[in-house]
Amino acid sequence: MKVLMKGNEALSEAAIQAGCTTFFGYPITPQNEIPEYMSAKMEPAGGVFIQAESEVAAINMVYGAAAAGARTMTTSSSPGMALKQEGISYLAGANLPCVIVNVARCGPGLGGILPAQSDYFQTTRGGGNGDYYTPVYAPSTVQECWDYVFKSFDIADKYRTPVMILIDGMLGQMMEPVETTVYPRLNVEKPWAINGNADKRPRNMLTSLSLYGEVLEAMNIERFKVYEEIVKNEVMVESTVKEGDTVAIVSYGAPSRIAVNAIDELKEEGINVGLIRPITLWPYPADIFQSLPKSVAHILVAELSMGQMVEDVRLAVNGKLPVHFYGRTGGVVFEPVEIANKVREILGKVIKPIEAKGITEVYNLRGGV
Amino acid sequence: MNKVIFDEAACKGCRLCIDVCPKKILALDTAKVNHKGYNPVTCIDMGPCTACAICARVCPDSVISVERG
Amino acid sequence: MAKMVYEKSRGLTNTPLTYCPGCSHGTVHKLIAESLVELDVLEKSIAIAPVGCSVLAYEFFNCDAIQAAHGRAPAVATGIKRVEPNKIVFTYQGDGDLASIGTAEIIHAAHRGENFTVIFVNNAIYGMTGGQMAPTTLINQKTSTSPYGRQEATTGKPLLVSEMMAQIPSATYIERVSIHDIAHINKAKRAIKKAFEYQIKGKGFNMIEIIADCPVGWNMTPTQARQNIADAMIPYFPLGVYKDEGGGPQ
Repeated sequence: MKVLMKGNEALSEAAIQAGCTTFFGYPITPQNEIPEYMSAKMEPAGGVFIQAESEVAAINMVYGAAAAGARTMTTSSSPGMALKQEGISYLAGANLPCVIVNVARCGPGLGGILPAQSDYFQTTRGGGNGDYYTPVYAPSTVQECWDYVFKSFDIADKYRTPVMILIDGMLGQMMEPVETTVYPRLNVEKPWAINGNADKRPRNMLTSLSLYGEVLEAMNIERFKVYEEIVKNEVMVESTVKEGDTVAIVSYGAPSRIAVNAIDELKEEGINVGLIRPITLWPYPADIFQSLPKSVAHILVAELSMGQMVEDVRLAVNGKLPVHFYGRTGGVVFEPVEIANKVREILGKVIKPIEAKGITEVYNLRGGV
Repeated sequence: MNKVIFDEAACKGCRLCIDVCPKKILALDTAKVNHKGYNPVTCIDMGPCTACAICARVCPDSVISVERG
Repeated sequence: MAKMVYEKSRGLTNTPLTYCPGCSHGTVHKLIAESLVELDVLEKSIAIAPVGCSVLAYEFFNCDAIQAAHGRAPAVATGIKRVEPNKIVFTYQGDGDLASIGTAEIIHAAHRGENFTVIFVNNAIYGMTGGQMAPTTLINQKTSTSPYGRQEATTGKPLLVSEMMAQIPSATYIERVSIHDIAHINKAKRAIKKAFEYQIKGKGFNMIEIIADCPVGWNMTPTQARQNIADAMIPYFPLGVYKDEGGGPQ
């Protein structure tokens, strides 16, 4: 049976169903439905909900709960995620599993509360200090919000790492029917947990610290061996690109659904375009760019930022094809015709006149600087 | 006979025990240097020791054990 | 028959302490370790080490232990204690950690009435980083970032943490003690033990502030530094019970 849910609600209920017993949050738009939902449902489910004094405190509570062996989650939105970076770095450094959701809004600074994808760098490059990554899932539907929460908790436990879910405010607020399947959870022993059971085993210690260079280097190398396993096993991507397509659009999250509409619009004109939709943003599905059909002559990256994922695409394409970019920023969401027009421009076709919202002339970006 | 036992390797020669000893029978052993580079503490005359253990309680590094004999 | 009057607590590991000669941290570590052993809760205890000189405290307490980000130990303790409410959780924090960068976390742990124990070691200086000024540095005290002495006009007066924490409605037990001589060491031990007893009984948030020294940072011998606690620190940081709503240990 399907249930009509907001993206934020799907993330919340799925977490409880996935065995998350502790939630630590702080109010920030557009993710407020998650702590609100958790405040109502967590305690009746036998779990813990705390509205922390700050995002900094919330992520450090996650650090404590994860260390004690619990499945634990925190959620926030862009400026709040910036505050959490200290804790995420510690979680990565101490090899502690947890799930962190960013319902992203536009920035930088306070920016605004409208949806954006401008936290891609922050999310996929570790975000905090030191040598680390976090696996990142980018759902594009409310159903996927539900599904990838289960996946995220399993991956976190399996590899002892914080896992991020990155959506934008649009998907967080969107309502869609969800099949509320409760997936079987991966049960991972946590013999390392500091849970005060030193009468049954030698005492446990958790830290990200070593004052000895060789020791810390060894700790980091061990962690990167785990990352290599993640890169080898956990890349997820969806592609509709087939022989005959001249352009491959790369887009992730909810905005990828706008790209699908653009592709449909172009198909009516006989322009064949496929979509590459990375589901994991780290590890990035780089390999797919090396095995594209011969007909593909151009790559177009469409994202709600000034050009962030486009850098990963350029790295993956490695100069084999021209990589173009179309983005909107500041909370403006592109319409299908805007993406379609960019494809028309790339192919030298006639551009459809549109009534541009906001600015009348979209700054022609190559993506990034 | 009371007994004061020193974990010489752990001693940092801070002299706190020497200064608090009511009988003033502790001193740094200048003939010895431990692996940390400190002269470790020693008891120069066990005779007056009352096994009050103030030296042991004050020692930050848990160098001293005290036995009442 | 010889009787052992005093020996190293099994609440401490065999790892040599990394503190400077005469540093109070070792003394405070012993009091915590002895209290946990005497209350028979060592094996079910979880220590949270701060950032600062005692950053390696997780190596020294002979129980489960974790290292926390600077100032965040009370938030980490909250996460742990909520998962393991029947275990004994304590943070060990210095004045830079608790009274400067971690003010939000300590106040709100008390505000929520979290049932854990905070050991707050106040030696009025940042030791680990080279003796910089702390919020609790005394007026006219010279540090590496107050080279002419702390000036009230530009840096205010030293923060009175116990007095501040006692104002928080959900805090149960707040006491300030010292370790500058044997009588005060014994008194500090009683306070620490009482704090853990309160936690065992589920009485909520408690904090013991320990007036301590930093011989190297204060440019004194260990014995001079202990004397300086009595002469300079205690007059500004009066010892005593600032709040006790726990009804006393039975």
